[in-house]
Amino acid sequence: MTAASEALLRADAAGRRRAGLGAALRWLLLFAGGLAMVAPLAYMLATSLKYPFEVFNLNLVPEEPTLDNYREVLLDRRFGWWFFNSFLVASLTTVSNLFWDALVGYTLAKFRFRFRQVVFVAVLSTLMIPTEMLVIPWYLMSQQFGWLNSYWGIMFPGLMTAFGVFLMRQFFQTVPDDFLEAARIDGLNEFLIWWRVAMPLVRPALAALAIFVFLGNWTAFIWPLIVTNDQTMYTLPVGLTTFSVEQSVQWEMIMTGAAVSVLPTLVVFLVFQRFIIRGVVMAGLKG
Amino acid sequence: MTTLTLRDLVKDFGRTRVVDGIGLDVAAGEFIVLVGPSGCGKSTTLRMIAGLEEVTAGTIAIGGRVINDLEPKDRDIAMVFQNYAIYPHLTVRQNIGFGLYTQRLARAEKARRIEEAAAILGMGEFLERKPAALSGGQRQRVAIGRAMVRNPRVFLFDEPLSNLDAQLRTQMRIEIKKLHARLASTIVYVTHDQVEAMTLADRIVIMKEGRIQQVGSPAEVYHAPANSFVATFIGAPAMNLLPGTAAGGWVRLATGSEIAVATGAGGPVLLGIRPEDLRPAAAGGAALAGRVTVAEPLGPGTLLHVDLGGAEVIATGPGRGAPAPGATVGLAFDPAALHLFDAATGAAIR
Repeated sequence: MTAASEALLRADAAGRRRAGLGAALRWLLLFAGGLAMVAPLAYMLATSLKYPFEVFNLNLVPEEPTLDNYREVLLDRRFGWWFFNSFLVASLTTVSNLFWDALVGYTLAKFRFRFRQVVFVAVLSTLMIPTEMLVIPWYLMSQQFGWLNSYWGIMFPGLMTAFGVFLMRQFFQTVPDDFLEAARIDGLNEFLIWWRVAMPLVRPALAALAIFVFLGNWTAFIWPLIVTNDQTMYTLPVGLTTFSVEQSVQWEMIMTGAAVSVLPTLVVFLVFQRFIIRGVVMAGLKG
Repeated sequence: MTTLTLRDLVKDFGRTRVVDGIGLDVAAGEFIVLVGPSGCGKSTTLRMIAGLEEVTAGTIAIGGRVINDLEPKDRDIAMVFQNYAIYPHLTVRQNIGFGLYTQRLARAEKARRIEEAAAILGMGEFLERKPAALSGGQRQRVAIGRAMVRNPRVFLFDEPLSNLDAQLRTQMRIEIKKLHARLASTIVYVTHDQVEAMTLADRIVIMKEGRIQQVGSPAEVYHAPANSFVATFIGAPAMNLLPGTAAGGWVRLATGSEIAVATGAGGPVLLGIRPEDLRPAAAGGAALAGRVTVAEPLGPGTLLHVDLGGAEVIATGPGRGAPAPGATVGLAFDPAALHLFDAATGAAIR
């Protein structure tokens, strides 16, 4: 073996060692990140299986596991209401977003009209306004229209979102015009072209948007808290706060309620996660 | 079967004139091919006929009725697109049937038409497949099937074969030709491929910069091109054009050679001769002679690039034993195969 080839082998081995070290560091960081994400969930689940005296022990395996908390939460009629309210609000808002965001996104992507870009920028600019700034006008509006303590009151600010319009516009731009023109020649009107041709072609985006909107509304807290004061109109996140009263906080009950409320979102996410990832990636790449 | 008439058709995009006052009469059952380089306005013309682009000026009439203001769906036309435009979420059956979506037909009649179209196109066994499971040629057949089921008065094809590989393109070309013979429908077909134009058309419309350069049968546009653009656009390799000056039945070329021509025209001209009409001969006594710079063997023949001393021409040699690069050759031709064009306007001099 020549000196040159020995030097090459040495350089190769050093390169492999460096690459191995880099990979180990990456995995370590990812593991730490994963742990940070999973730890609160694990603690929530563990606490939901504990008696009150054990709540502040940080052990993940309860000394005396119990399902009493679940029994109590599930038998509490209010919990059923909150669950139903959250489900209804999240579902209707999702359907509304899928329809309107896609309709506006399609219009902005596929029709040529005056001030189209201005409209798009105007829609986008609403993304810059924080919810906290909007809550007071929303509340005043709800009060004047008589929407306090109503499903409509909880839902109306989120029935259509600028983010959804943006996402759908990006996707519709990737749909070739030939598809739409072929349908136009075949005799479909503009609404049917959107509904029958364009919408099925952006299913991944619709699935991603559905998940974003559903999760966002399922976990929404500030606005439902403000617009409702009747306990039967509470959504789950707001309802769970009733386990915390001035004298005491029933952590085990809050954790149990949270654990139950997480289940639908976990199911939705696990089923549709590939759409979320594809949706996000495509929105970024094909704009 | 119906006629299609274009009169003084104009299309402007902003300040750019894309179609500049074209006029064309398409007979019932005729296969017309619009051909030209990119940006010549052929696809825009087709899209105006389809109703996908507004007409700036002029009229389009189908069967004698002006259709300028009719919606695409009301024009009774069907169009096949370059990228097929078949819907990936629908099966072949649903895709073909999509053309009947708004037609009030009995379910059995719709099914009959779909199956008939699929059978004609050899797609009968693929009716329940999704487009993702089809080859490019099969997808294009589905697109043609969708157009067929509507029994339109005019078929429009917008570069339908340009996404296919060479072999499949040849095969589909033959199938489209057979289909036209069978349906005898009026077809307007757009392509930039002059071989497609020559093989498919009853008449070819050659366009450049929004204007029609010549309308004629494939033989007419090939053998009697109206101008130097048509002469070089139709035919591969392109016609050789040699600048010269005509006087008293002779053309004196810029290379110094003199060639007898059957015209009394005078002044600057372009002398045209197709590569297949120019054959290598003994150097002595030939009107044209030069050195072979490149030889391209094609099997049946060899394309010879010959430097005439200031101008290069392409001649066709035999498949075997063609002169090698570096050889000096004379070039023989039949005087009847010569074309003359006005050097300033490019118009043919007859």
